[in-house]
Parts: sequence; C-alpha cells; structure tokens
Amino acid sequence: MGEFITNLLNNTIPIELYLAVTTIVFFVGVYGFLSRKNMIMVLISIELMLNAADINFAVFNRYLYPGQLEGFYFTLFAIAIAAAEAAIAIAIIINIYRKVHTIYVDEDVSKMKY
Amino acid sequence: MVSNIIFFILAFVTVVSSILAVTSQKIIRSAVFLLFVLLSTGGFYFLLDYHFLAITQIAVYAGGVMVLFIFSIVLTSQPGIGVKFEKPGRMLVAALAALTGLAICGHIIFYNVNRVYYYVTQDELKVQDIGFGLLGTEKYQNMLPFEAVSLLLLACIIGGVMIARKR
Repeated sequence: MGEFITNLLNNTIPIELYLAVTTIVFFVGVYGFLSRKNMIMVLISIELMLNAADINFAVFNRYLYPGQLEGFYFTLFAIAIAAAEAAIAIAIIINIYRKVHTIYVDEDVSKMKY
Repeated sequence: MVSNIIFFILAFVTVVSSILAVTSQKIIRSAVFLLFVLLSTGGFYFLLDYHFLAITQIAVYAGGVMVLFIFSIVLTSQPGIGVKFEKPGRMLVAALAALTGLAICGHIIFYNVNRVYYYVTQDELKVQDIGFGLLGTEKYQNMLPFEAVSLLLLACIIGGVMIARKR
C-alpha cells in the first residue's frame, strides 16, 4: 500500500489501476451481453468488452515492455477487426429487421433459417 | 500530479458511462454513453503516450463505428415502444455471472500482478517507426497480420454486399 501511494505521488499511475478500470468495463460488458435482448445492445456490449481488452494490451505493452510495440500493433489490428465486425453485424441486423420486423433475440429470429 | 487527476477523471467517466450504457432504457442513450466510453478510451491511450493509437481510436470507433450504430438504431427502432429487458431471473443470473468474474479477476489483479515494472518516460512515438514496424518482414515487424487484415476487410466488403443486395 505504501508503494502504491508513493507511485501515485510520484506522478506514475500504477498498472493495477488501469487493470481495475478495464476489468470493470469488461464485466459490465459481460453483464450487458447476458442481460439485454436487443441485438444492437448486445453489439454495444461486445464493443465495451473489446475496448477493455484493447486498453489492456496497450497498458501491458507500455508498462512491461516499453521499448517494443507488440501490444500496440495488436491493439491496432483489434480496432480494425472490431470495425469490420460491427459493420457486418449491423448489416445482418438491418436485414433481419427487414424480414421479421423485430431485432429481439428471442422472437422470430430463430425462424431465419430456411 | 496532473496526469493522475486526468486518469481519475477518465476512469470515473469510463466506469460510470459503461454501467449506464448497459442499463439505460432508451437505446439511443446507450449509444451515446458508449461514445463516452470510446472517447475516454482514447484519452487513456493519450495518457499512455500512444498518440497514434488514440487518434485511430477516435477516428475509427468514435467516428465510424458510432455512426454505424446510430444509423442502425434509427433504422430499426420503432418509436413509442420501449426496449425490452430479459426476464428478471435471467438478469439476476447475468449479474451473478458478471460479479463472479469480476471478483475472480479482481482477486487475481490485486494479489498476483507483479510490481516489478519500471515506468520509463518515453518520447512521442514516431509514426515512421510505426510504419516500419507495420510493413516490414523482419523480426518484430508485422507484414503478415497487416495483409491478413486487408484480406479480412476485403471479405467484409464482399460479405456486406452479399448481405445487403436485393434478391
């Protein structure tokens, strides 16, 4: 604890604080993923989880391996993949809405298969 | 000291608006709170001296993905009908699962994160170095994932056209 306060006064943010924030955001995303039924809400929760994971990569890279850039590149690629995934998912959601006029995961979506 | 204050403000904004994003009743409000989370994630990257990453985050997420979200919300939500939630039992199970995971990960972080790091201040990362690392084939250079992401984006374009075209 003393080391913690020394770090904080020393203008260094301890790594645990970053990890605590990202853990909270990640599990809030898990809660939203499990508790909401709207598909767009599920997608928003996925984005929250991805963001938490991205911050973790950047933080570990910056604190533990400051000379290298591996986590940096991983975050960059994760952002690209998340953008692609969101675009395709929203295309699918709008298509489902056109067909069955609802976007709740429990209503008519199970009839989508033909 | 200033960076500490900025960190705590960003952490507060991130946690509060992520909780509000998954619990709010109106879906457009959830999207706006998600925007706050994304912007403060960019702030974290600024705080970590990864300026290029922060700009990418703001441009791609807070710019592109948020526009997609708001577009799809406006297209798919009927006005006047509130957003339905899961059954209370399922919500309780979800909260329990999330809290269990949070407890386990919090325990691991609190007791097992090794404190033997040494925070070095570094200058601003040059974009030239980032580009060399992204487009080289040597060790610690990432040509292959870059090409894989370009293939993924091509597949994404083709898939989007396939999904969206009229039959």
